[in-house]
Amino acid sequence: MSQPELTGAQALIKSLEMQRVEVMFGLPGGAILPVYDPIIDSSIRHILVRHEQGAGHMAEGYAHVTGRPGVAMVTSGPGATNIVTPLADAYMDSIPLVVVTGQVATTSIGTDAFQESDITGITMGVTKHNWLVTDAADIPRVVAEAFHVATTGRPGPVLIDLPKDVANATMEWYWPEPSDLDLPGYHPVTEGDPILVRRAAELLLAAGRPVIYAGGGILKARASDALLELAERTGIPVVTTLMARGSVPDSHPLCLGMPGMHGNYTAVTAMQRSDLLVALGSRFDDRVTGKVDTFAPGAKIIHVDIDPAEHHKVRRADVAIAGDCRLVIEELLSALDALGLPASGRSGPGGDGGATADSRSTGASRASGATPMDALPGSVAVPGSLAATFPRERLDSWRAQLAEWQERFPLGYTGQAGEGGLKPQYVLETLRDATPDDTIVASGVGQHQMFASQWWRFEHPYTWVNSGGLGTMGFGVPAAIGAKVGRPDRMVWAIDGDGCFQMTAQELVTASSERIPVKIAILNNAYLGMVRQWQEMFYEERYSEVYLSPDLPDYVGWAESMGCVGLRVTTPEEVGPAIDKANAVDDRPVVIDFRTDAGEKVYPMVAAGASNDDIVVDPALGQGGR
Amino acid sequence: MSPYGVDQRHHILSVLVENKAGVLARVAGLFARRGYNIFSLAVAPSGDDRMSRITIVVDVESAPLEQIVRQLDKLIPVVQITELDPAESRERELLLATVAVGPEERGQVIQLVGVFEGKIVDVGADRLTVMVAGAPGKLDDCEDLVRPYGFVELQRTGRVALPRLDRQTHSHVRTHQTEKAG
Ligand SMILES: Cc1ncc(C[n+]2csc(CCOP(=O)(O)OP(=O)(O)O)c2C)c(N)n1
Ligand SMILES: [Mg+2]
Repeated sequence: MSQPELTGAQALIKSLEMQRVEVMFGLPGGAILPVYDPIIDSSIRHILVRHEQGAGHMAEGYAHVTGRPGVAMVTSGPGATNIVTPLADAYMDSIPLVVVTGQVATTSIGTDAFQESDITGITMGVTKHNWLVTDAADIPRVVAEAFHVATTGRPGPVLIDLPKDVANATMEWYWPEPSDLDLPGYHPVTEGDPILVRRAAELLLAAGRPVIYAGGGILKARASDALLELAERTGIPVVTTLMARGSVPDSHPLCLGMPGMHGNYTAVTAMQRSDLLVALGSRFDDRVTGKVDTFAPGAKIIHVDIDPAEHHKVRRADVAIAGDCRLVIEELLSALDALGLPASGRSGPGGDGGATADSRSTGASRASGATPMDALPGSVAVPGSLAATFPRERLDSWRAQLAEWQERFPLGYTGQAGEGGLKPQYVLETLRDATPDDTIVASGVGQHQMFASQWWRFEHPYTWVNSGGLGTMGFGVPAAIGAKVGRPDRMVWAIDGDGCFQMTAQELVTASSERIPVKIAILNNAYLGMVRQWQEMFYEERYSEVYLSPDLPDYVGWAESMGCVGLRVTTPEEVGPAIDKANAVDDRPVVIDFRTDAGEKVYPMVAAGASNDDIVVDPALGQGGR
Repeated sequence: MSPYGVDQRHHILSVLVENKAGVLARVAGLFARRGYNIFSLAVAPSGDDRMSRITIVVDVESAPLEQIVRQLDKLIPVVQITELDPAESRERELLLATVAVGPEERGQVIQLVGVFEGKIVDVGADRLTVMVAGAPGKLDDCEDLVRPYGFVELQRTGRVALPRLDRQTHSHVRTHQTEKAG
């Protein structure tokens, strides 16, 4: 019984269908032409972008909110090089992507043929792996390998380079069994070593000033529920890094919010003073640790990461567990059972009253930062067990300390006075309070990103999509579009900077023509604001090449020309109504040009290379800079 | 000390890789982009024709060996990494050199090379090409002694190594093949 003969191009599309790909983002060209023909007959929705970078970031946004790999397809040469930035971005933030690039015919490779570029060479350092396919018969196997590598272990981007003659050649169709994959050197670990898990559980019970340092790996491992159970059972507070915002609800009394360079005082200082840091899917990034030598000097470290190369890379761990965060946390919970600390009996976030308020408190109370640390859910130790020798009350003074910091050093700003344009924080608070709490927020890179991460209240995992590791300006608009494609049921807002918007705004044409109703809030401060902030603080206000202009381009006119609704907001009174208007539009994208105060700086701040002990809070708030 | 000699900074990694196009570039690229220094690198087919063996002498002062091994292990075509402690392994290398010697001094060089159990590979009017194989430290000595005659060209292969057979235990060989990174 012979299998049908397919062209390599048909085999590629059929292989993507076998992987249950529903959407792909791309833009055709000469070398990938053969593969664009079978797309016409495929069940896969192809979204035609206006620039290949857009395709890559859309695939990232899609992957982030759905948990499924994002797929993009582009032509050789410039098409391929245009998608290098998204690959690098996805590599830094461990996002599963499968990118297919066309390539010149195998007979022309190495001859500087038209639109030839060595894309497997170029992307070696920014992909988890890549393949140059030289035989059409390999296509199904390579596609299956690519999806396997992208989505297992530490997720990441992969690239398949497909020469045109291979796409045109014929092959006998087959679909590989898992055992047919040819990956003798790839065996990701998933379960933690039970001895190490037990040792970690003992440290958890004994610590007096513990902090859970939750990173993006929690979301990748879909470990939010497990993390919440761990935090509640042990009573250990959690900081959520830029990549982990939403993994624990911000309203939860154990959530301390974001640590790092622009983290809040309590989150940063809790880590500094802790005696045990439980790093779960986090990697001691320099933006979190500040000066490494002075980072959390008194802390023992438990480090759970699926990538063993992260262990001891920046900070030596006392207990390093290689494994999937969800599985390892579940193992930790079993170990706690065995040590006499059983489940708290609570079913999940919002499951019982008081502690997790499901209604939003006002911006003001958020700014005051007073999270109720009493009324904590938790479990009771079995008498006579190891857990009973370390009663929960041992954490009371630590919690009191944290509450005191929250009281003394809340996140704040000087408020929305009339002068000098809108306060970005005021815009964000208003937007936050006017949108459903499962709204997906994407952002660009700069001050607006930090303000968004600080001032939004993330109540659900997978509601925050941003570029953390690479810090890619222009990420916001296409990532929001990809997120909306993945979750059409959710409201999706991009919070963007004027500088970032100008890098990838053309994708709003894609969104309009594909009827993807994303909403964009440009915090238009007329500057490359984050760079301006550094020049103000560290280069004596010598502003070099950071001024953009508030009205060149005319953002409203530009938005309208791209088929979007365009709105402009210059006064505080207009903020709420404009947002309501935007929220009511669901047949096309909306862009709001918020004219914000260029002088507003992001605080708190730990200067690059400085110690986290030297965190500076907003001097304007009268805290004496500390 | 010659850059070829064995000292505290050197560690030998014997890396079994899939025999596929571009694998050497992946390994070399990893060392380059992570700032790990390589003292020498030798690639050769292994017993299994689907695999090749790369012997890398790394500078563990540029990065901790553990980091180097774990990052290397993340490369998909890397199948197995064996750490060889120089003190616990047998290393060999080959030296090929053309020396500028005419008829008068030729005998002296031939004698020297003979001491190191080397061979004369080629003889010209005022040149001599010699070959010496042996432990890297031996080659260092030979090189030092022949240098005064004047090297026209000198090439060394970089070392290959296998664990020392000590009949007792193989605990000094640390193999990374189960602990694969995701
Ligand atoms: C592609 C890229 N180029 C340059 C930078 C450096 N950079 C970081 S933030 C920033 C300014 C961003 O300006 P804008 O989008 O207006 O945001 P703001 O900081 O004003 O909120 C720049 C230039 C970057 N992160 N990415
Ligand atoms: Mg700006």
